Amino acid sequence: MERRCTGSEVKGVSTGTTILAAIYDGGVVIGSDSRASIGGEYVSSKTINKVIQVHDRIFCCMSGSLADAQAVTKAAKFQLSFHSVQMERPPLVIAAATIMKELCYKNKEDLQAGFITAGWDHRHGPQVYVVSLGGMLVSQPVTIGGSGSTYIYGYVDAKYKPNMSREECLQFATNALALAMGRDNVSGGVAHLAVISETGVEHVVVPGNKLPRFNHE
Amino acid sequence: MALSSVLQSPAPGFNFDNAARNAALGRNDGGHTPKPLKTGTTIAGSGFQGEWWADKACAKIHYISPNIYCCGAGTAADTEKTTDLLSSNLTIFSLNSGRNPRVVMAANILQDMLYRYRGQIGANLILGGVDCTGNHLYKVGPYGSVDKTAYLSMGSGDLAALGILEDGFKPDLEMEQAKDLVRAAIQAGIMSDLGSGNNIDICVITRDGVDYIRPYQESETIKYKYRPGTTRVLTEKVVPLKLEVVHESVKKMVTG
Repeated sequence: MERRCTGSEVKGVSTGTTILAAIYDGGVVIGSDSRASIGGEYVSSKTINKVIQVHDRIFCCMSGSLADAQAVTKAAKFQLSFHSVQMERPPLVIAAATIMKELCYKNKEDLQAGFITAGWDHRHGPQVYVVSLGGMLVSQPVTIGGSGSTYIYGYVDAKYKPNMSREECLQFATNALALAMGRDNVSGGVAHLAVISETGVEHVVVPGNKLPRFNHE
Repeated sequence: MALSSVLQSPAPGFNFDNAARNAALGRNDGGHTPKPLKTGTTIAGSGFQGEWWADKACAKIHYISPNIYCCGAGTAADTEKTTDLLSSNLTIFSLNSGRNPRVVMAANILQDMLYRYRGQIGANLILGGVDCTGNHLYKVGPYGSVDKTAYLSMGSGDLAALGILEDGFKPDLEMEQAKDLVRAAIQAGIMSDLGSGNNIDICVITRDGVDYIRPYQESETIKYKYRPGTTRVLTEKVVPLKLEVVHESVKKMVTG
């Protein structure tokens, strides 16, 4: 299949993607779509998992080249686990984000992958960090990424409020993903969401046909 | 590249020992570098109730371990060597640990290796098997991306096969239904892809063992001989060639 799709920016399977994370009162919601494509022409997977658990209360969303993103998250998972064993306590979210950043920044020539790291820790509570393509690390209360994110900047800017309830935030995230998947050709499939708080992690999967629909559809 | 222990990480970076060897071969005897053989292929895999199987036209289904087999599309040498290397490493692991390897372990090793070579190894692999955690099917791309699915196809005939699989796949298929589905998928690949052809091999892996059916279906041989008169002759024109004798020599045979 890759022989047919040449001239795309990402070699091999790309995640296309819409990813996002948002802090609510007491936790954080992180989510993504589930489409992987080759050359923007062929959907190579309708059910790819882009929300990876790197530790008990820390998740990462990947975008860009699937191979690069999977390699980075594997390495980060290992390093974070080792760090946690040495410290004899659960790692901080900033530690996870920094590990991703180090990998992305030191190997920026060879990698084409961006990440959103979100989670909960005992020191700072819920946090969201974004590591972009070149390895910049920034903390934000809400963030969107991937090719589909361009279609929802307006929605996110207008609709995000700090200190939302869990249900409000989950609905906000689902709506945002649905809107982006509806407009971006390389985002689609199901919406994978994870709700992380002090008490635990809940996975929510919204199948394509159960996604919210908007007026004009 | 062989690892004496699967737990030992290979040295980072590329290993260019063979490049020096190739250059030396080129200088000494004007040797030609072998042309890589690219197979046009259709491979497909599908899970059914509790088990897993794969099948393939015109190339091999590779043995990885007693409970894991791998189909390869792409550059034939690459798929062959990659699966051999994986098989060797997992055999060492089995001997060291006393266990059958898990399918996810094989997928991880393949991913690590292919990622390190940045797509230079043209191996598109379908990895499937049954282990203590159940039946699993993985797709590994040449750049090192891994996808876990219930059914998939790869190779030059993958789109045709995927159409059949998408239409016919249901969770909890019976073994015979699943075999037939994959046979139909490969058949579609053979029919619509110039690069795929001939026989269909199937490998059924269950908790109880492996059934490697070679061939599951043979292609019909088509005859290409036509009897004289099949094509009607409309006109005939004979033009004698003017030949000029340039040189004539007669050598008498010595019989005496």
